[in-house]
Amino acid sequence: MNGAEVLIRALERQGVDVVFGHPGGAIMPVYDALYDADLRHVLVRHEQAGAHAADGYYRASGRPGVVFATSGPGATNLVTGLATAMMDSSAVVAITGNVPTSLIGTDAFQEADVYGITGPVTKHNYLVKRVEDLPRVVAEAFHIATTGRPGPVLIDIPKDVQQAAIELSDDDFDVEIDLPGYRPTVVGHAGQIRKAAEAIRAAERPVLMVGGGGQIAAEQVMNFAELTGIPVITTLMGIGAYPSGLPQALGMPGMHGTVTANRAITHCDLLIGAGMRFDDRVTGKISRFAPNATVVHIDIDPAEISKLVKAHVPVVGDLRDVLPRLGTELDRLDIAGWWEQVSQWKARYPERYKTDKPLVSQEVIELLREHTKGECVVTTEVGQHQMFAARLFPTNAPRTWISSGGLGTMGFGLPAAIGAAFARPGEQIVCIAGDGSIQMNIQELATIAKHRLPIVIAIANNGVLGMVRQWQELFHAQRYSEIFLADSNPDFAKLAEAYGIEGHNVFDRETARRLIPEVLGRGGPALLNFVVYEAEKVYPMVPSGAGVDQMLIGDQEPDREEAPA
Amino acid sequence: MSVERRVISVTVRDQPGVLVRIAGLFARRGFNIESLSVAQSETPGQSRTTFVVRGEPNTIEQVQKQLQKLIDVLKVVDHTETSFVDRELMLIKVAVRGPEERVELRQIAQDFRARIVDVGRSALVFEVTGDEGKMNAFIEQMSEFGIVELIRTGRVALPRSAQTPATPAARAKVA
Repeated sequence: MNGAEVLIRALERQGVDVVFGHPGGAIMPVYDALYDADLRHVLVRHEQAGAHAADGYYRASGRPGVVFATSGPGATNLVTGLATAMMDSSAVVAITGNVPTSLIGTDAFQEADVYGITGPVTKHNYLVKRVEDLPRVVAEAFHIATTGRPGPVLIDIPKDVQQAAIELSDDDFDVEIDLPGYRPTVVGHAGQIRKAAEAIRAAERPVLMVGGGGQIAAEQVMNFAELTGIPVITTLMGIGAYPSGLPQALGMPGMHGTVTANRAITHCDLLIGAGMRFDDRVTGKISRFAPNATVVHIDIDPAEISKLVKAHVPVVGDLRDVLPRLGTELDRLDIAGWWEQVSQWKARYPERYKTDKPLVSQEVIELLREHTKGECVVTTEVGQHQMFAARLFPTNAPRTWISSGGLGTMGFGLPAAIGAAFARPGEQIVCIAGDGSIQMNIQELATIAKHRLPIVIAIANNGVLGMVRQWQELFHAQRYSEIFLADSNPDFAKLAEAYGIEGHNVFDRETARRLIPEVLGRGGPALLNFVVYEAEKVYPMVPSGAGVDQMLIGDQEPDREEAPA
Repeated sequence: MSVERRVISVTVRDQPGVLVRIAGLFARRGFNIESLSVAQSETPGQSRTTFVVRGEPNTIEQVQKQLQKLIDVLKVVDHTETSFVDRELMLIKVAVRGPEERVELRQIAQDFRARIVDVGRSALVFEVTGDEGKMNAFIEQMSEFGIVELIRTGRVALPRSAQTPATPAARAKVA
């Protein structure tokens, strides 16, 4: 066999059933080996989309996503996808071809220093120079990508290594992982867990804040919440890790968080951060974040402890280990007074928006939620629609909310929906997008059309880059610089139809109400382009640099007459 | 917050690019490397690097944690927390203008236990080994004669064999 066949065999050994990718010169031996293999390959139309699809596949299933790309431009096109996966701790294994080893460093055709370029945006990366290393490198790559804090790993394989002949037996693929420098701490320290339990027992106003780490520990989060009766905040990455519809759920914290979540953070005397990393979009100004709280920080990555918010009680470990053990030392917390306060905030600040204007994004998103009964996978692009969706369409099951949190990558949602569709066959996928971000990977309509994927794309089309417009209106004196899209947007319905996908342009409420259930009933693929009110803003909002207690409440402020005393 | 100076040893697996990873990490966190030395350690396949870095204490702690996360990094030791010995080697070329100066230079070199490793008509090259204080003192002495050029290896450090807690004096020396 040759190196390319070794690679395919090693991938199959890892249980890989689908690969996203795009061929090119330096990876042709791999594509040649693929021709005879059982491994399913999904041809994307841009490598970036391949990386996002692999990422979406992981987020939707918990199984590592795999992407193939060629050298040079193929590999550099992966970079945004790798950085996105890195920031959101997503297990992606990227395989790139490279020019033959003899040409590396000579500025050969389609050569780039992929190993050097991708180092900072991967958990680890490899340049394989000997074919006999391939089984070990692939095994290590999957091990590193999926264990500890998950993350992307890239394997760069020069073309001559793909072509090199080698005789390997099945045993040669049984690789024992030997990585002395990599031993993630999974089991929490007993003493630290005891300290955490003491702090929690002593608390009068505790909150639990669950991040992306909760996606693999939803059961443990649920048990812990039920046991203690603690209010639960879920970050953008934590949506679905705890069902948003339950009474204990306070919603999302931070810049576009709920009033209740941000008030709870401000007034709590104990904050448990679980599988989250205190991103600046969550904390706002650090000195005003949970100023009265003892912080218990549970995370598998020791480097996150006290990186931004000082942890008074750090517990390094996997939530699946730490939360149940913490639970054994706790009973239901006596926090009725705190709940009274929190419930008042919840009652006073429900999600609300005004419909005394043309169609707004929020009602479109609510209609989608209503007609899917929340039973679907939601992917989003990045911008206003993303925040509206996080607030109005937070899903209730883990691995069903897929959104670029850390990197905030426009162009993520559509290819991520493709990945999710392959990860969860037969399930409805809803991709919520804006008219700006959808155009960053719109070529993937072809991939969706080809595989007739059950994806319903909803564009909240306000004709501008909405989030930028919001900032310009609020903080840049209404100087609307370079945000206008409407005059040159395509006819999205026609565009979808050109790809062979059902498409509709929707201009009013009545059509929206009629079409959404109709299209969802057919399951997709379909594209719904909702022309929505341009100047709608996401509220509440914590201005950049302000504390989470300094929200602009906007439309969320209750009208005087209806406000409870 | 106060800026501190730390001596950090990082034991790594000999893999291509490992130094780039480490250097990249320092650069990305806005961290200045004052000196860096790297060479084979006692174990085949492993190298030891010694960094002298400057930064705020929590930044230094963060960088150490990030270093520890690199797959090819086996061990990170902050020598500042322990008692350690450190040395540096310097080659320094000093201008000589006459026989009198030559005698004077030899005398100073003797006092510093520096060796003369090259003798030229208009310059001498000295090899000096020692801790940082000695290097700086020697440079100061030589600057009166005229330093043509010099090169330093940067510091290398090892913990002392008896792992006693750092004395205030040892800390002061590092700072």
